[in-house]
Amino acid sequence: MNPGRWVVRAVPWVWLLLFFLIPFVIVLKISFAETALTQPPYTPLLEWGQSVYPTIKLHTANYLRLAGDSLYLDAFLNSLKVAAVSTLLCLLVAYPMAYGIARAERSWRNVLLLLVMLPFWTSFLLRVYAWIGLLRNNGLINNTLLALGIIREPIVMMQTDFAMYVGIVYSYLPFMILPLYANLEKHDVSLLEAAADLGCRPLRAFLQVTLPLSVPGIIAGSMLVFIPAVGEFVIPRLLGGVDSLMIGRVLWDEYFLNRDWPVASAVAISLLIFLVVPIMVFEHFQARARAAEAQ
Amino acid sequence: MMGRRSWFVFTALLLGFAFLYVPIVSMIVYSFNESRLVTVWGGFSTKWYGQLLGDEQLLGGLWLSLRLAFVSATLAVVVGTLAAIMLVRHGRFRGRTWFSAMVTAPLVMPEVITGLSLLLVFVAFAPLPFMPGSRGFTTIMIAHATLTLSYVTVVVQSRLASMDVSLEEAAMDLGARPAKVFLVITLPLIAPAVASGWLLAFTLSVDDLVIASFTAGPDTNTLPMMIFSKVRLGVTPEINALASIMVGLVAVAVAVAGLLMARQERARERDMHAAAAQRP
Amino acid sequence: MSAAGEQRQPYIRIDKVTKKFGEFVAVNEVSLDIQRGEIFCLLGGSGCGKTTLLRMLAGFTEPSAGRIYIDGVDMAGVPPYERPVNMMFQSYALFPHMTVEQNVAFGLKQEGRPAAEIRQRVADMLGIVRLTEFARRKPHQLSGGQRQRVALARSLVKKPKLLLLDEPLGALDRKLREHTQFELVNIQEQLGVTFVVVTHDQEEAMTLATRIGVMNQGRIVQVGTPHEIYEFPQSRFVADFIGNVNLFGGRLIEDEPDHVLIDSPELGGQIYVGHGISAAPHAEVWVAVRPEKIQLSRARPPAPHNCVAGTVKEIAYMGDMSVLLLRLDNGRTVRVTQPNTWRHADDQLTWDERVWLSWHESSGVVVTQ
Repeated sequence: MNPGRWVVRAVPWVWLLLFFLIPFVIVLKISFAETALTQPPYTPLLEWGQSVYPTIKLHTANYLRLAGDSLYLDAFLNSLKVAAVSTLLCLLVAYPMAYGIARAERSWRNVLLLLVMLPFWTSFLLRVYAWIGLLRNNGLINNTLLALGIIREPIVMMQTDFAMYVGIVYSYLPFMILPLYANLEKHDVSLLEAAADLGCRPLRAFLQVTLPLSVPGIIAGSMLVFIPAVGEFVIPRLLGGVDSLMIGRVLWDEYFLNRDWPVASAVAISLLIFLVVPIMVFEHFQARARAAEAQ
Repeated sequence: MMGRRSWFVFTALLLGFAFLYVPIVSMIVYSFNESRLVTVWGGFSTKWYGQLLGDEQLLGGLWLSLRLAFVSATLAVVVGTLAAIMLVRHGRFRGRTWFSAMVTAPLVMPEVITGLSLLLVFVAFAPLPFMPGSRGFTTIMIAHATLTLSYVTVVVQSRLASMDVSLEEAAMDLGARPAKVFLVITLPLIAPAVASGWLLAFTLSVDDLVIASFTAGPDTNTLPMMIFSKVRLGVTPEINALASIMVGLVAVAVAVAGLLMARQERARERDMHAAAAQRP
Repeated sequence: MSAAGEQRQPYIRIDKVTKKFGEFVAVNEVSLDIQRGEIFCLLGGSGCGKTTLLRMLAGFTEPSAGRIYIDGVDMAGVPPYERPVNMMFQSYALFPHMTVEQNVAFGLKQEGRPAAEIRQRVADMLGIVRLTEFARRKPHQLSGGQRQRVALARSLVKKPKLLLLDEPLGALDRKLREHTQFELVNIQEQLGVTFVVVTHDQEEAMTLATRIGVMNQGRIVQVGTPHEIYEFPQSRFVADFIGNVNLFGGRLIEDEPDHVLIDSPELGGQIYVGHGISAAPHAEVWVAVRPEKIQLSRARPPAPHNCVAGTVKEIAYMGDMSVLLLRLDNGRTVRVTQPNTWRHADDQLTWDERVWLSWHESSGVVVTQ
């Protein structure tokens, strides 16, 4: 292998090894440690005592705590629920949009896609903040409804599950639209024309032709929303209710508030273990999409 | 614009875009509100913009975030492009599935996990000579680059895969060594993807809150970190002004880029029609 | 050394070259000698290994076994950018971000030639391919035929020892293809470069090549001039692959030095071939008879062999000739072509007419595999 090729390979490998793989190993290691008042605030894994060989001190209490304390389990299950519902809602909103863009005239498609992406390029945090302004008791929506006389008292929307779902769907919408669009755009329109020619009504043609063919796009988009949504921290914190605890928030609090690095690591590892299967599903569909593109 | 059976889809599109843009539009409108409160329209005023320009702390955070984004985006583009080349041009190499998984995993990984793990690496390796000693600009920069290089790889990979491999082979056949081929043939042709990858990485870096919070040092305060603390205390229209400026800049940039691309595309189509009509 | 004693070294020697992709053998112990200045065509269907062989000549793939020598030099481990070989790609592979001039000059720039020399040589080459006024255009501003000429100019300007062409005429429409075929041959004769052409189109091969190598499943099945391949096929595969042919299977009855006689139930008669062959006694053989070599007549011909009765089933009028499909009494179909020598003939054959098919004793070729 010539030296140039070697450099091309070495740089990404080393980078990923150093900043992706090894970090996870370290998180794993620390999840088995104990909190200590040292700097860094955890006990080492290997202890060199009297003997030549170091003893490995595996402190499994962190995991036992996670399993025992219902707080963690509840947060975990709640996160799964929120992520799943958000993914479904996102799909319902995104699918017609993606479909509409894919069926639009060619010259319009790029414009529409840019319009979808434009919010994404402005600050995410500021957009969440905008929703606060809209959803507050004296926010825009309530004020408009009050002014129009539709309601007599402001509807409480902030710090609720509703606001959280709005926020998550809003932020992740492009991630669902783009894979769906990429899939739908490749559909052969003549398939639908053939179906119509054979007497199939449009709705039925959609259910039996378009929908099944768009499944890879649905799965890709769903993974892109579900997996990060499980660990979502900012939106639940800013828009969600205090009682609806998410696992991302738990991890954050363990690290920033409790300064308990080992427990935070244990939470991270548990979350990762669960997410491995969806991540693998995602990777599988990525590879398939790449292979199809290559043809 | 579309065929029959379209009213449902058309309405859905309209509602969807309204959903996407109502918050943004309301932000812009209220950035010009004289009054602090959303309930009262106090009249048109640009005072919040003035206040924004005078807020040194916020501007300092903005400057830090921009510098951070610039460096990390550039780094991400270099490593990400190399990773894309490996995945597209190097065929089946040992460990390809692992490599591919490592490159695309950050796309879906929850940010709290990525943030925590990178922080722990920096802490664990702090004593080593080539590692940044204390957490600050460098650590956030590395963290952002790691996160965003996945996006760069996906974008560049797609463009590289659709590029005709025989162009590179032809260049080699004509006597150009591999490095030369990359610089003179490949890079110019994937330049749009590399550029959009850079922009994507830049945006993600400026926007990131969670990872920066984990990997920042005591005196490094990025813009999102500042906004986050402000938001919890209470919303000020100053933030509206900031958001409006950002939206405005991005919209202008996108519009300009879009017009340029459209014009280029039209010229290209004209040329191709003219060419096809010629005598062979 | 005297001229008589001097060995004629082949310009390109391919020595037992094999290429495997995992378990799949793409090229199977191919040996070929290609002479300087000839146009050698590798002809075969898709998947026969011809493109793999071409890429090994270019240096994009290394052989799993065997060696390749170009002008006496072993090419093992030599990368494409160091070989005295240039390739014209099927997709032309013109650099879209460079002008025609820059495309053609690319190879010379890699050699580090002085700018003045490059300008001159590029201008000369553009003159040869008649693209001088398009020098500043970009590829997307050119038609298909023009792009092909740029690709040709670009690959020839470096004066390579060997030029490889991958399906050079595939992308062109019919009229243009014919015109370009002759143009290619002219340019080659003018410049004296050795060509190796890969194609699946036998018409292309027959027109361009000085010699053809027919490939099937990774092996070279027959090498020869177009005339040899067409008139003296050595296997049923080659006979069937090139042009159209009627194959009649049968058993050897007589095997003499000057003739053979074959009993063919497929034909429903006996076949007499006017030359000797080498085969085992009573061997199973096939006789290939080309459609244009068969004559049709209403009256039974005098000879006892090489004739059979049949019914006209299909007539396809092609303008310059007609293709007739005849059905023999035993059910077998035979293809016959006839030139339309007269604009209007009163006694032309028509459907369902009963005729006699016959051919001369020199028209059949015996193939034993």
